[in-house]
Amino acid sequence: MREVDIAIVGGGPAGLMAADAAATNGASVLLLERDGHLGGQLVKQTHKFFGSEKQYASVRGVKIATILEEKLQGMSDLVEIWTDATALGLYEDGVLTVEKGKEFVKIKPKRIIVATGASEKFLTFVNNDLPGIYGAGAVQTLMNVNGVRPGQRVLMVGAGNIGLIVSYQLLQAGVEVAAIIDAAPTIGGYLVHASKIRRAGVPIITSHTVTRAYGKEAVEGATIVALDEKWQPLPGTEQELDVDVICISVGLSPLAELLWQAGCEMRYVPQLGGHVPVRDHHLKTTVDEVYIAGDLTGIEEASSAMVEGRLAGLAAASSLGFKSDSLEADILDCKEQLKSLRSGPVGDHINQGMAQVMLDK
Amino acid sequence: MLRIEEHPILTFEKGKLVTFTFDGKELQGYEGDTIASALHAAGVKVMGHHHVSGRPRGFYCAIGNCGSCLMIVNGEPNIRVCVVPLEEGMVVETQNNRGDLL
Ligand SMILES: Cc1cc2nc3c(=O)[nH]c(=O)nc-3n(C[C@H](O)[C@H](O)[C@H](O)COP(=O)(O)OP(=O)(O)OC[C@H]3O[C@@H](n4cnc5c(N)ncnc54)[C@H](O)[C@@H]3O)c2cc1C
Ligand code: FES
Repeated sequence: MREVDIAIVGGGPAGLMAADAAATNGASVLLLERDGHLGGQLVKQTHKFFGSEKQYASVRGVKIATILEEKLQGMSDLVEIWTDATALGLYEDGVLTVEKGKEFVKIKPKRIIVATGASEKFLTFVNNDLPGIYGAGAVQTLMNVNGVRPGQRVLMVGAGNIGLIVSYQLLQAGVEVAAIIDAAPTIGGYLVHASKIRRAGVPIITSHTVTRAYGKEAVEGATIVALDEKWQPLPGTEQELDVDVICISVGLSPLAELLWQAGCEMRYVPQLGGHVPVRDHHLKTTVDEVYIAGDLTGIEEASSAMVEGRLAGLAAASSLGFKSDSLEADILDCKEQLKSLRSGPVGDHINQGMAQVMLDK
Repeated sequence: MLRIEEHPILTFEKGKLVTFTFDGKELQGYEGDTIASALHAAGVKVMGHHHVSGRPRGFYCAIGNCGSCLMIVNGEPNIRVCVVPLEEGMVVETQNNRGDLL
């Protein structure tokens, strides 16, 4: 059985920062990433980031991934990176099972940081399983990583930041966006994004939802309908849109299978995107060896995922006795950064969620 | 044509041409494609049919999470083609059943 101080599951912004922080303090790290490359959701993000300088604001997401990866490669004496390595199971005795290429490997780390991110939510409507109905992340991947357009004309469902950003990226790729609709009466995303899209001529229609896709083997069109104040469809307001892609951007939910299996206590918290692990201020779960970071702890942003990753990395390393002189100051710095990232109206929502899953107040 | 030729921010350097077959037909993609992106660029949206209802299936998440894109690749069933890199000579087939365990 393979041994290591800290195993990290997931090579997105949270996992990368965790690996960096833990190794900088002297712990040996094994970073596992299911994909063939590191970076997680960052890889397909071609826009410049919000946030402050410490979280690489105004650097494009794709670039942040490269910066972090290069930093880890400079610490190869302590950090081992496995790509094409999927964590399959996390057992009560702390054994982590991994499919590495075609090989089955067992690992016994002293600590585990789970940073598996999130998966896209889905919507119920007639024929919602037709090919041509894609998650927003899928559309981004296809277009920004592979250089392939998802189709000719898209209906975007969801006017949060992701829906707005992906719509803009569709326009950049030369795809027509028929409309962006959202069931809520107001636009969820930042107004800067919304105005940019409206200026490009794409209508953003609030209080509307999609009720049906049609097409035989793939999407040929969609029916949308207006909603009243109680979110009920208003008869007679149906409109047919001629589209070959329906892009679903209605949020993400944490990818927490490993934590359920390990026996971590979980709670359903709508503000955080679904079932999330109960944790303390150092991101330790109710299972002593298991730490968490990133979207898995609650859906936020890459900026907070990076800070959480660093915090979990520092905390896990320090619990094993790896302590640099600046450890206390570093941990405090993470907490301060998280606090400032979670200020403002969006932060209120997250803080309400966090209050429901914190072990220590 | 679904391949992006011009983009204000990104440049797509096409890799080598890669030839593969889809249900016996010869298709081409580029090095750097996943099987799913190569199929999509070639106009293939239906990757299989549900084993009970027979309804068509395409990809949904494109990051290996949802299992909507299972196909038979080089004889092996239940391959998530959205995360598998395209390789020269691959034999890709639609999957309409659960797939046999080898
Ligand atoms: C369209 C869009 C725009 C965004 N814009 C911004 C922005 O402007 N600013 C901002 O701060 N944030 C933004 N975000 C959010 C940000 O991308 C995410 O919050 C962030 O990527 C979360 O990081 P993470 O490390 O928790 O998860 P991820 O980035 O999802 O990484 C998780 C990684 O874990 C791997 N993994 C999962 N399961 C396993 C397993 N069992 N074994 C091994 N590996 C596994 C996955 O393959 C993945 O690489 C945006 C997101 C989207 C989709
Ligand atoms: S499309 Fe979801 S696993 Fe491939």
